[in-house]
Amino acid sequence: MPVDKDRYSKMTDKASPPTPAFRHGLTAFLVGGAICAVGQGLTALYLSLGLAKETASAWCSVTLIFLSALTTGLGWYEKLASRAGAGTLVPITGFANAIASPAIEFRSEGMVLGLAAKMFVIAGPVIVYGVSAAAVYGLALVLFGLA
Amino acid sequence: MPHRIGKQTLAADSAVSVAAWASVGSRMEMEGPLGGALDYADPDGRFGQESWEKAESFMQKKALSLALEKAGLAPGDLDYLLAGDLLNQCIASTYALRDFPVPFLGLFGACSSSALGLGLAALLVDCGAARRAAAVTSSHFGAAERQFRFPLQYGGQRTPTAQWTATAAGAMIASHDGRPPFVRRITTGLITDLGVTDANNMGAAMAPAAAGTLQAYFADTGTRPEDYDLVVTGDLGAVGSELLEQLMQRADLPLSGRRRDCGLLLYDREKQKEVNAGGSGCGCSASVLCASLLPALQNGELRSILFVATGALMSPTASQQGESIPGIAHLVHLTSSAEG
Repeated sequence: MPVDKDRYSKMTDKASPPTPAFRHGLTAFLVGGAICAVGQGLTALYLSLGLAKETASAWCSVTLIFLSALTTGLGWYEKLASRAGAGTLVPITGFANAIASPAIEFRSEGMVLGLAAKMFVIAGPVIVYGVSAAAVYGLALVLFGLA
Repeated sequence: MPHRIGKQTLAADSAVSVAAWASVGSRMEMEGPLGGALDYADPDGRFGQESWEKAESFMQKKALSLALEKAGLAPGDLDYLLAGDLLNQCIASTYALRDFPVPFLGLFGACSSSALGLGLAALLVDCGAARRAAAVTSSHFGAAERQFRFPLQYGGQRTPTAQWTATAAGAMIASHDGRPPFVRRITTGLITDLGVTDANNMGAAMAPAAAGTLQAYFADTGTRPEDYDLVVTGDLGAVGSELLEQLMQRADLPLSGRRRDCGLLLYDREKQKEVNAGGSGCGCSASVLCASLLPALQNGELRSILFVATGALMSPTASQQGESIPGIAHLVHLTSSAEG
């Protein structure tokens, strides 16, 4: 008996194991939380060194981005992320990994058309829509006289 | 001269041998159940090259050179080279084989290229167009990932239905050399699309094509699964294999204990968790055929098998435009004896 698309779609859903959402959620929570705790620790460290609050936060971000890019280059970040999922994707370290990893991968096509052009292939949409959303937000503030 | 049986099947009239073959793999393939049977393996996926693409070409070249060496042939003894891979414009094949002074036919059947190439090579030999024809296919995890998905160092999480592109290659030489195994029949598949859009579930996308080709073969030849030792699919993985079984049962042609899948033979899913639903890629079916199935047919452990390599005929562009994934499956009937 031939199978139509609807029937096959149901068969596929049944045969495909679901993503273990609870386990993934738990590891994402723990790893993501740990990264944030490290960030908090870094901020506290920079504050204790006498930096202003805003400067200390900026240094914290810079340090996390550096660590993410470094561990991406060493091949460790991907190994952690394959288990941690959103835990390593959502913090700022995930964004750094999304920029560093194509830069490494596409270096074989040259420094300009490879590394530089492909560097934003994953992070590009985040930047485009992030900046666009900020512009809309800013416009709304001006229009409604909130700024 | 091959003759047609039924709608999709051709039978060889002469005894076409797979005279020699060779397989190449990398670290993950070495750690899998067939690791010891590979003819050449390098744990470093770069194979000493500057890029993944060059590494894939290296593997094809190595596989063909080793197969020629085993057969005691020089490249010039081949009348045709048929090769395919997964990269855009099939560059792994063309760059690998550009130094071979042999008429070249580039193939694209996605992961079905191993059966497509072997079947066509056998036809060329059977009809007298070639004394010897070689079929070569490859895939490379690094090259495929960055073309179809993400850079290797990108921190992503795979779904349980995702498959692992094998870093492997296989080369086979068809001729009238009289030694087993023999290519007896080939069935050319139809492009089959049952609407699967999930690029992380290729097995499900390709299973209907495999079922269609097998059903056509059984109808054309008047045989049943019980007439064969094994029915080996290319790279359906765990999900696609389960779906194939269901589709075959609905057609009253259950494969049950005879069913194997190269994607499940190349890796140990228990130990190699990262492969998720199993292996995939042109190199997956080609290396399993060369490292395991052809030797078993040669020494008589297997007498008669159906090798059905499956391919997903999609590209990232088509997927991004919301297209579903068309599948195709080509079948080669291989035996240990030229008669019967």
